[in-house]
Amino acid sequence: MSERYGCFNEIDPNNYCEHMCLSFKPSSVPIKQRWRNNGLSADFLGDYLTTFFPKDNEQPDSAKKQAIVRDAATYIANELLENAMKYCDENGNIPNSIDLTLLPDQLIFTEINGISAGQKTEFKAFIKELESSDPDELFMKRLEASAESDSASGLGYLTMINDYQAELGWQFDDINDACKVTTQVVIKI
Amino acid sequence: MIKIEDDNYQVEYQPADSVVRFTGTLRLGGLSEYAPIADCLTQAVTESDALTLSLKELEFLNSSGIAMFSKFVINARNKAEFKLVVVGSQSVPWQTKSLNNLKRLMPAMELILE
Repeated sequence: MSERYGCFNEIDPNNYCEHMCLSFKPSSVPIKQRWRNNGLSADFLGDYLTTFFPKDNEQPDSAKKQAIVRDAATYIANELLENAMKYCDENGNIPNSIDLTLLPDQLIFTEINGISAGQKTEFKAFIKELESSDPDELFMKRLEASAESDSASGLGYLTMINDYQAELGWQFDDINDACKVTTQVVIKI
Repeated sequence: MIKIEDDNYQVEYQPADSVVRFTGTLRLGGLSEYAPIADCLTQAVTESDALTLSLKELEFLNSSGIAMFSKFVINARNKAEFKLVVVGSQSVPWQTKSLNNLKRLMPAMELILE
């Protein structure tokens, strides 16, 4: 059974302009060794998008627009990939994937990874706190809490919402003893 | 001078000028990996009553890096009469979006976006 939280969009394959998917096997090499691939993949997705937002000398804002779209795509993709790597259930057989869909006025990121039952409980508690809070207040509360803690939990999602005006959604699907979590991030472009 | 660097970033602390300069992309894996940089910033706060963070050439920062800078700013806020200046760039999009959050943590901080 699927459980959904937040804003979750069904992507119409006839409507998108561009679509790209990268997938990884979570347990193939140690996390420390794989960490740099998050940056490489995120940079690739950001750079790939610039083709669809070309610089035009007759439109002075086009270079700025390209830089803004590239920056947003790189930040969001990197955070999703880092989260998937940090929290993925290496004992499960659910591959990690990140999927980028370009619509006429939106960018949709869809990240899939496996998590353990314990991580699912923690994740759902965070989502519940997010849904019952003002995101800006929660963001500042978490920034203040960072001074007292060695964890930056949830800051990536809160930055996406507060600084990039992103809408977030999650879907949980139980598969045997593991759980597949799908995180979707939508930004207007 | 203290220098911390790898293939992707460089952090340089010049005690004589009370300036810490960041360049490149910071995507370290959690606060524990940011500890050497955080220690350098703590040292800079301890050694002076004023400090400038130059972030103009820091092209990318992940959320663990945001947490590290937040922790640093709160530390600086707690030191009486400490003057903190953060210099960023209008042409680096993440800085125009996210640096103001540091000022919200420490309203006395001076934020300059060149």
